Amino acid sequence: MTIRPHDLDPDADRGAGGLAVELTGLRRHYGDVHALAGLDLHLDPGELVVLLGSSGCGKTTALRIVAGLERQDAGTVRVGGRDLSHVPANKRDMGMVFQAYSLFPHLTVLDNVAFGLKLRGQSRAQRRQRAGDVLDLVGLGEQKARYANQLSGGQQQRVALARALAIEPSVLLLDEPLSALDAKVRVQLREEIRRVQVEVGTTTLFVTHDQEEALAVADRVGVMNEGRLEQIATPAQLYAAPATPFVGEFVGLSNRLPATVEGGHAHVLGTRVPVLPGSASGSGLALVRPESVQLTLDEQGSARVATVAFLGPLSRVTATLPDGTDVVAQVRSADAVELTAGQRVRLQVSPAPVLVVGA
Amino acid sequence: MSAPGAGAGAVAWRISRVLLLLAFAGFFLLPLVALLDFSTKVPSTGDRTAQPWRDLLADEQMSSAITTSLLLAGLTVVGMVLLLVPTMVWVRLRVPRANRLVEFLCLLPLTIPALVIVVGIKNVYAWVDYLIGDSALTLTFVYVVLVLPYAYRSLDAALSGLDTTTLSEAARSLGAGWGTVIVRVIVPNIWSGVLSAAFISVALVLGEYTISSLLHYDTLPVAIVMLSKSDAPMSMAAALGSLIFAALLLLVLGALDRRRRPTGR
Amino acid sequence: MTASAPLAAPGPTPGAADSPPDSPLDPRPGSGRLRRLGPAVGLLPFLVYVTIFLIIPTVTVAVGAFQSEDGGFSTEKVAALFDETPMRALRESLILSATSAAIGAVLGALLAYLIVTAPATSVLRRVVTSVCGVLAQFGGVTLAFAWMATLGFGGLLTGLLADVFGVGDTGTGWLYDLPGLILVYTYFQIPLMVIVFLPALEGVRPQWREAAVNLGATTRQYWTKVAFPLLRPAFLGSALLLFANAFAAYATAAALVSQGSPITPLLIRAALTSEIVLGQANFAYALALEMVVVVAVVMGLYAWLLRRTSRWLQ
Repeated sequence: MTIRPHDLDPDADRGAGGLAVELTGLRRHYGDVHALAGLDLHLDPGELVVLLGSSGCGKTTALRIVAGLERQDAGTVRVGGRDLSHVPANKRDMGMVFQAYSLFPHLTVLDNVAFGLKLRGQSRAQRRQRAGDVLDLVGLGEQKARYANQLSGGQQQRVALARALAIEPSVLLLDEPLSALDAKVRVQLREEIRRVQVEVGTTTLFVTHDQEEALAVADRVGVMNEGRLEQIATPAQLYAAPATPFVGEFVGLSNRLPATVEGGHAHVLGTRVPVLPGSASGSGLALVRPESVQLTLDEQGSARVATVAFLGPLSRVTATLPDGTDVVAQVRSADAVELTAGQRVRLQVSPAPVLVVGA
Repeated sequence: MSAPGAGAGAVAWRISRVLLLLAFAGFFLLPLVALLDFSTKVPSTGDRTAQPWRDLLADEQMSSAITTSLLLAGLTVVGMVLLLVPTMVWVRLRVPRANRLVEFLCLLPLTIPALVIVVGIKNVYAWVDYLIGDSALTLTFVYVVLVLPYAYRSLDAALSGLDTTTLSEAARSLGAGWGTVIVRVIVPNIWSGVLSAAFISVALVLGEYTISSLLHYDTLPVAIVMLSKSDAPMSMAAALGSLIFAALLLLVLGALDRRRRPTGR
Repeated sequence: MTASAPLAAPGPTPGAADSPPDSPLDPRPGSGRLRRLGPAVGLLPFLVYVTIFLIIPTVTVAVGAFQSEDGGFSTEKVAALFDETPMRALRESLILSATSAAIGAVLGALLAYLIVTAPATSVLRRVVTSVCGVLAQFGGVTLAFAWMATLGFGGLLTGLLADVFGVGDTGTGWLYDLPGLILVYTYFQIPLMVIVFLPALEGVRPQWREAAVNLGATTRQYWTKVAFPLLRPAFLGSALLLFANAFAAYATAAALVSQGSPITPLLIRAALTSEIVLGQANFAYALALEMVVVVAVVMGLYAWLLRRTSRWLQ
């Protein structure tokens, strides 16, 4: 289990290498499409921030502008207080890990990792030493003499990570580094990336479309939509208190249940719950997590069980309201064994604050 | 690969790219323009005339040479498909260990030039003439060998994009025999490979001069060379005409390929 | 159903001893080999065809090169390869092939790069690749004629060149000599290079450039440290293919040069067409063998180059 730095004192336990990153008013358009419509983002030294969003939301554009691989129409990029907005990509000193296939196929693993060091004029002995160290860090010390096509996808991405870290970059940039991998390797490698990042303490910007991945590795997650940042918060805050309807629906699974709001509270499924800031007033739809839906067997209940899906310790039960709305509830599997399709159940909502959106 | 740099560098690159492309276009078009010029000019006066082109259409020797070359191209394609497609499919399905041997034999004509084959083929053709008769169309046999490397590569590329084993198992479990598997299941899926193999075979056969001239058969290129000794402008017209004809033919084949693709996949 | 069926009594008798020789359970190696040979029979038509029309001619050439007029073994013809005329033809052939391959490889790679930087769907790319396909394969006689119309007697540029450089307008004599052959060969070598080198260029991923730049490489460093080393094997391999292509080419030279035999393929023509002269027929075998040897050496180099880089080449 990884210990997250934000669980600890924010300034203790950090590597020395971290620099603050400041993005202000970044804009970029392709023809009529606004890939970035004014992005502001601040990264603390040593922090790992994930930009999360579906494809075309501008997250990759933002990352590539930070790297200098793409030019912004307006706005600035500052690292450690220094304005890099017009510095060419090869002078920015940033380490980047690409989606896939970025290793130079004609070089061995060791030479790939040493490539940036060679450009910096380090001696052969220094390069080999440093590259070997970084490869040990990512657990590939034994594969130095291999070529990229002799490695698995997960190993290739570890080498890419080592190559980016070898140059001791001011910022580490990760462009969907896990999206080309199998589910199992993906989980394994994301923990690995987090471990290494905490160990070296490099400020890191990580881009992904996978919300589970984002919540798992980030200090803070920024949810992007149509070239803007919808909300940036710790994973826990983001999950418990989405600031906008988009975030509420994009992060985690949510039921949309009819609700009426009055005086800071909403009535959902006959339960009175507090509402989150940014909610609509009057009647609307409350976004309720499956784990906030309580389900009890009740002959008088108005809902009927539709399906029961076993997911290990927990089960996911879908029940149908009289008006035809499907409600998903998360139930302990030990309780779910009693349920069968067609049974009448009573649904309630636990009193955690909810976000209500206009219907 | 994107154009390097931005700003002034990018503009300079874009300009030099256009200039270079124009230079290449000039180099490749110039001789063709010269052919056109030469074939429409009266040598003594320099006036324009369409006479060589009109003569060309009327020339009987020429039209029989064209017929011969077209028949040879068609027969070669048929022979190549009949020989190569079943063999290559069969190797993949049933005798994978023969894969290297078949590949080696197919690529061998790259190492043994047409000129060498023609030097050594006298005895074989003595038998062919004896058994089938002395006809220019017997050139088909050796042309099939000439196109082997190119046809093999096209077909190999198409086949490697296909899981032949699973397809044939699926078809056979539904009751298909081996013949049906090859003709009804595999071939329709490698159609674009067959077409591009045909494409390259046609181009090669229509332009083939080495073997036909040395075995004394009157194919189109042989007829053009003979004509050049008696009527230079007309032979130039024939040369340009044959090139344009080949290009058009290949264009049609290419269009056929593109039309099939969306429905094929 | 089985080979033993006619011998067996009507109605199968149960028991292991009676199992037919080619039943799946039978462990005897002989029937196993037969079974494995079964499907291989399907390759017979192909093997027979290739033997008749490719192997036999090649063997004829190889044997003929070492035969005297009366059919006995003799190294006389092969030794004659080292006489002055064939040696000069070989040298000219090698120069022609190497020069046209080098020029063709460099210019072809450049043209391929110009195409590959255009979008994959662009008209430019489609047109250039199909034109290259026609020019590289169709070649031969037409190309010779096209250049005669350009630089030969009464050609399009002949008069122009005569005016500019003050040479006579009776046609440029060098067109029918080595420099002319190099020029004309280049005309089909460039398209061939485009066709064989384009896939390698298309395989260069934009990520490699971005990764290199990200690690601090300048554009120049990207080319010298990443792109060139990456493309070198494909480039050299393609150049070798071009060399073999030029060395084996016959039609263009034959149509262009009607008298004299400056290069090996034309010397073979001379030996073939003047069979009446005693000993010439077998000398064609020796020349053809020489040709095969040169091309085989080049193709061998090509294969070796491929194997050397296959450790990282996909």
